Amino acid sequence: METKTAIRLSHVTKTFGPVVANNDVSLEIRHGEILSLLGENGSGKTTLMNMLSGIYYPDSGTIYVNDEEVTISSPKDAFDCGIGMIHQHFKLVDVFSAAENVILGIDEKCSSKEAEERITDICRKYGFDIDPKQKVYEMSVSQKQTLEIIKVLYRGANILILDEPTAVLTPQETDKLFDIIKNMRDDGKSVIIITHKLHEVLRISDRVSILRRGEYVGTVETKDATALSLTEMMVGKKVELNIDRPEPVDPKLRLEIRNLTVKNSEGFNVLDNVNFDIYSGEILGIAGISGCGQKELLESIAGLQMTAPGSSVMYTAPDADEPVQLLGKNPRQIKNMGISLSFVPEDRLGMGLVGSMGMTDNMMLKSYNEGRSFFTEKKAPKELAERIMQELEVITPGVNTPVRRLSGGNVQKVLVGREIAAGPKVLMTAYAVRGLDINTSYTIYRLLNEQKKAGVAVVYVGEDLDVLMELCDKILVLCGGKLNGIVDAKTSTKEEVGLLMTHLRTEQEEK
Amino acid sequence: MANKVKHHREPLVRIVKRDSMPVAKAILIRAIAIALSLVVCAVVIYAITKMNPLKVYATMFEGAFGSKRRIWMLVRDTMMMLCIGVALAPAFKMRFWNIGAEGQVLMGGIATAACMIYLGDVLPTPVLFAVMVITSCVCGAVWGMIPAIFKSRFNTNETLFTLMMNYVAIQITAYCVSIWENPYGSNTVGIINPQTKAGWFPALFGEQYMINVFIVAALTIAMFFYLRSSKHGYEISVVGESENTARYAGINVSKVFVRTMIISGAVAGLAGFIAVSGVSHTISTDTAGGRGFTAIIVAWLAKFNTFTMVLISVLIIFLEKGAIEIASKFQLSEYASKIITGIILFFILGSEFFINYKLIIGKKGAK
Repeated sequence: METKTAIRLSHVTKTFGPVVANNDVSLEIRHGEILSLLGENGSGKTTLMNMLSGIYYPDSGTIYVNDEEVTISSPKDAFDCGIGMIHQHFKLVDVFSAAENVILGIDEKCSSKEAEERITDICRKYGFDIDPKQKVYEMSVSQKQTLEIIKVLYRGANILILDEPTAVLTPQETDKLFDIIKNMRDDGKSVIIITHKLHEVLRISDRVSILRRGEYVGTVETKDATALSLTEMMVGKKVELNIDRPEPVDPKLRLEIRNLTVKNSEGFNVLDNVNFDIYSGEILGIAGISGCGQKELLESIAGLQMTAPGSSVMYTAPDADEPVQLLGKNPRQIKNMGISLSFVPEDRLGMGLVGSMGMTDNMMLKSYNEGRSFFTEKKAPKELAERIMQELEVITPGVNTPVRRLSGGNVQKVLVGREIAAGPKVLMTAYAVRGLDINTSYTIYRLLNEQKKAGVAVVYVGEDLDVLMELCDKILVLCGGKLNGIVDAKTSTKEEVGLLMTHLRTEQEEK
Repeated sequence: MANKVKHHREPLVRIVKRDSMPVAKAILIRAIAIALSLVVCAVVIYAITKMNPLKVYATMFEGAFGSKRRIWMLVRDTMMMLCIGVALAPAFKMRFWNIGAEGQVLMGGIATAACMIYLGDVLPTPVLFAVMVITSCVCGAVWGMIPAIFKSRFNTNETLFTLMMNYVAIQITAYCVSIWENPYGSNTVGIINPQTKAGWFPALFGEQYMINVFIVAALTIAMFFYLRSSKHGYEISVVGESENTARYAGINVSKVFVRTMIISGAVAGLAGFIAVSGVSHTISTDTAGGRGFTAIIVAWLAKFNTFTMVLISVLIIFLEKGAIEIASKFQLSEYASKIITGIILFFILGSEFFINYKLIIGKKGAK
């Protein structure tokens, strides 16, 4: 029985309180095609797909699978319709083997041997590379993702939805994944990829559907689209896609990191003897697969991380000759030494800001302690909050609205705004544009460049290699807690950085 | 395959989170909850006792507000409850699960009783009171501080720790009672200094419990501004929200834990002082009487706003008094009246769900 469309969504609407996540969206997915669902963060891509996979239930509208109206009110219903979703955050049991994870939750009786055979069959068919007996905790991120895909294929899914599948992968792993996706398409399966990375959309998909602020904008054939035309549909206006990179002016040594080693609670070196320098007036990019020591590196410098003996972070002030040691001091002690070090941490609401407080109260997070009064002083923070709200166009009902209620981009503007307002000499940012829309991302790049021009030493930990290559002056690559190389961003290639991220160089290669 | 799912019904009821709600509407929902709880109670009362529920309610009201003396009893007990609630506010705002107010109150009570027994006839009254206040605060503070120190040093679980400290305090109280026993063999302390009334709160404006009101009112106001406007209060809010953010801001989390628990324990100790010196003039293992636990409800329901706590304390004590009254007047078992209290509290707590979420019935209700 051949039908025209694999899935058809008709006038689907979903609201969360006053927020309209999807408004009257109609969309169709054909058999044997790869459809990219493109949109900025918060445009409702994931919500829409969650309605197909049975996690949310639409307020109104109808879903057709193979031209038949269906009701999907649980993930099980979705599987019955042949829809399988691979979420951004893996849902696997760490202590189980690959095969055990696959058969988990399936009612039918089946020996693990049969399961392993079937898994091996699936692997052979599509080109996966996985051992059914391997435990999940021994797997790399890309293997875990593969396992998630096998899991839905095992359940007989004909329509696969992948939510931001490449966010956690290196360029090489992405290539491999794309080959597999193409194999699945050639086998007649429909694949939907949720993403906001344009070049990947152009590379892999047959058609692109675009959402903007919960509304369906349109669908185009990929062969007729360009990065610029897609961006315009996504943002709704013309945008400039180039990131500035002004030449560094008079770079001076600001931070000297020597023998930096951090052990985790199991005594394992999460950072292993890292040595590098940070200069003023430059943006130093830090690349690496997530969890390779980026967090520990920044937190060590910021005074939030215990370091192993022998580690050293020396700071040289612009007007001083003698460097001072930063390690062994907490953030307040560093501040009291007169060193202005700003840090935009990865976990914005869990570390950088207090979610239940408004902008005003968040402005004084690092400065509330100034002055002798027993009571807090709120006038200056309020003025600062209002200034940031205006200059960075923060959208909020008021400076006292809990920042938790703001959208991701606005939360980040509040945090970056505060850190820059402190007039830093060193500005460290971790995944500063993660989850932000294009406009906000470019605002952040502009702010970082302004700081760079003002002679601030900027550290930019990022995950999008394209951005790192365009924005930064130098790129430091971490691999498994070790410094695996520092490259000049202007002359290096993405492939070179990708290779440094995955393959630890041996001593011989260095020579 | 799709045929299988065609017959799935749409979900009957869906729960949707609300963004925020106007204050007036929130108050209305709470009022409806209380009204509903009264209706449900009426049904229960009628089903169990076959009595006219309105009459029972009138009796409850009578029990709490029936005479000037009863009103003062209500005020006295409300002040105790409020005082302990105020003591717990900073700890819980810091998300430090202080289940140990019971023990902290008892320790303050023991200190007060000891002063009254050993120093009552030795020191002049103002000095005696100063000593009582200081020792009760110190004892309560020490009892609050110990779990905080262990938490910040060894990351012990404060819920279990404070809970266990209660039992230690109860045993210490039992031991003191056996020493101070009066008359010998009664196994109670009896009224301390019944003749001299040394260490008793004097009557103010002719009212025996007026001083209690003044002390607790002062504490309530002071705690409100301490939490809202002081630097310490700011630190408590940040630590309560996220310890990581606190460390990021350069706040010494251990110090805030210990300092806040000293304050929390000291105020609880002061509640013990009021209980002994201002109310019962004796000490027993029942001096705290479970109020250290009930006050947790007070603190949470008021969302740590000490002024809101006044209302909630009044409500809870009113229910307590009313329940006792109907129990004695209608020869009901006290458990029957506790059922009523339970139902009313259940509805009040349940109304918070409807303030945070709304239900949508069927698909068409979405608009």
